[in-house]
Amino acid sequence: MVALTEAERAMADGAEGAAVAKAMDLLIRYADALGAERFVETNNVAGVPGSSTPWLKNYYRADGGDYRAIFSRFDLDSDEVVDVPRMNAFSCHLQGGMDPSLWRDQGMTEAQHDNFVYDEGQVAAHGIQVLKTCTPYLAGNVPVMGEHCAWMESSAVVFCNSVIGGRTNCEGRESTSAAMLAKRIPDWGFHRDEYRRGQNRVRVEVPVDDIFDWGMLGYFTGDAVQDTIPVLDGAIGAPSLIRHKHFGAAAASSGGVEMYHMVGITPEAPTIEAAFGGAAHGEVFVYDKAARARTYEQLNAVGSNTDVDFVMLGCPHYSVEQIAEAARLIEGRRVSANSELWIFTSRAVKATADASGYTRILSAAGAKLMTDTCSSISQAVPPGTRVAALDSAKQVHYLPAIMGIEGWYGTTADCIDAACTGKWNGRLVA
Amino acid sequence: MSDIETELRPIVLHGRGVVGGVAEGETLVTRETISGWGGVNAMTGTVIESRHELKGTSFAGKVLVFPGAKGSSGWSGVFHTARLAGTAPLAMVFTTMTTKVALGCVVMRVPSVVDLDRDPFTLIESGDRVRVDGDAGTVTIWKRER
Repeated sequence: MVALTEAERAMADGAEGAAVAKAMDLLIRYADALGAERFVETNNVAGVPGSSTPWLKNYYRADGGDYRAIFSRFDLDSDEVVDVPRMNAFSCHLQGGMDPSLWRDQGMTEAQHDNFVYDEGQVAAHGIQVLKTCTPYLAGNVPVMGEHCAWMESSAVVFCNSVIGGRTNCEGRESTSAAMLAKRIPDWGFHRDEYRRGQNRVRVEVPVDDIFDWGMLGYFTGDAVQDTIPVLDGAIGAPSLIRHKHFGAAAASSGGVEMYHMVGITPEAPTIEAAFGGAAHGEVFVYDKAARARTYEQLNAVGSNTDVDFVMLGCPHYSVEQIAEAARLIEGRRVSANSELWIFTSRAVKATADASGYTRILSAAGAKLMTDTCSSISQAVPPGTRVAALDSAKQVHYLPAIMGIEGWYGTTADCIDAACTGKWNGRLVA
Repeated sequence: MSDIETELRPIVLHGRGVVGGVAEGETLVTRETISGWGGVNAMTGTVIESRHELKGTSFAGKVLVFPGAKGSSGWSGVFHTARLAGTAPLAMVFTTMTTKVALGCVVMRVPSVVDLDRDPFTLIESGDRVRVDGDAGTVTIWKRER
């Protein structure tokens, strides 16, 4: 049984209201399921609090079918409906279901949009930041090293643990919603030093020095180490935020990696000994020229038709640097009449893209800059899409399977070129 | 003791209860981890992941014996929805603890057991009858006649 402090006992007993008591009840059940012995305090929570489909609202119609009912019954897994106050922790809403203005292009109905507007109003009214992104660290929530967080979204979790040295498990909707009220999360897994040590090694023997190659290395790594913690060393080129973003998202998709170490690069791996923390080095996987070629083939296994009718960029959500690059690549060209180009980012980054003129350049070329969601999350692609081109290993892992379409993986330049010509010409350059 | 008597005697595995309660029913066994979001249709309880050995099979009303969870952080939300839709498993037996599967068991509110003293995958086959006791942390197996 998880041990409670006096303050936690008081919260569980209702001293801070019924909603906080329900949140503690859920967190205690969750901590006991994990076998955690205590809680850690957190003031940095990211989830999808209270957002729900019409199906869920209808399911709880006897309880009112409103935000209060959904938050009580579903998010807090409570048998009774309670009043839901403003959240106590610094709380952020991750990605949502549609673009706030281009939703019609995404095939959404008026009713779906009304539901989206209602939920967002409630999220804001409950003191939750409307970040609407899978990249909170690019939109106003950057943890610091050692900070205890409670985050959902596998690509954000792996970034927080590995690149920043923040501490979070891959939380779910109910645990994050409860943590927003109780400011607690079980002291288990990545919150604890002993859990953060490397378990297996990936030796990089072919230069990995652009975002496309970092994405492939991530996909290879996840496939090799599954859900263990890899330690990478060797020919890894200069790190950057976007390179880490694509590496981590890919490794989390192909294997379930929630933390990685890169020797001399990530903060908890100054040396290979430090990365393993004295533990055995486990299995050694080698990423060489042949492994790189195999990974490229694997990522392109769902592509055969070279007539590309949809190009989607922005998984995880594009940074302003990537939007600038896309604008540079497409300036003076036009999206083909046989294709569409959608680029996804957060609202915060889009505001910068608007101010910097990139939105105008993309729009003049016939591309659409969208926020909040992506084609996988909202299951939205242009009508009649059969073949997509993607510059994200994570998106090529998910989208073709979810939508029953073909998919190609390539560089951002390959993808922009496909959007402008309607043809896939990507190939692996040695 | 004859072979027949050995066959009929139930096998009892001891582990740790994750969620309390007792449930008895027919098993569905897989050695492959399961994705929630993008891997399961909550409305039917069916595994939909391409290349999964259970693709097209529903776990609704079965005792699900599997290694654990993988994939998106939406795992608990999908299995929670399965509970509401009436398609959740009757009980869960798994081998690798993660935050995804722990939270999923909690919000599904089904008896669940982990950390067994013997390998459930060598002792349990799909179709065997088992009783999962989440309070005692035990799994009792009656082999199906084959």
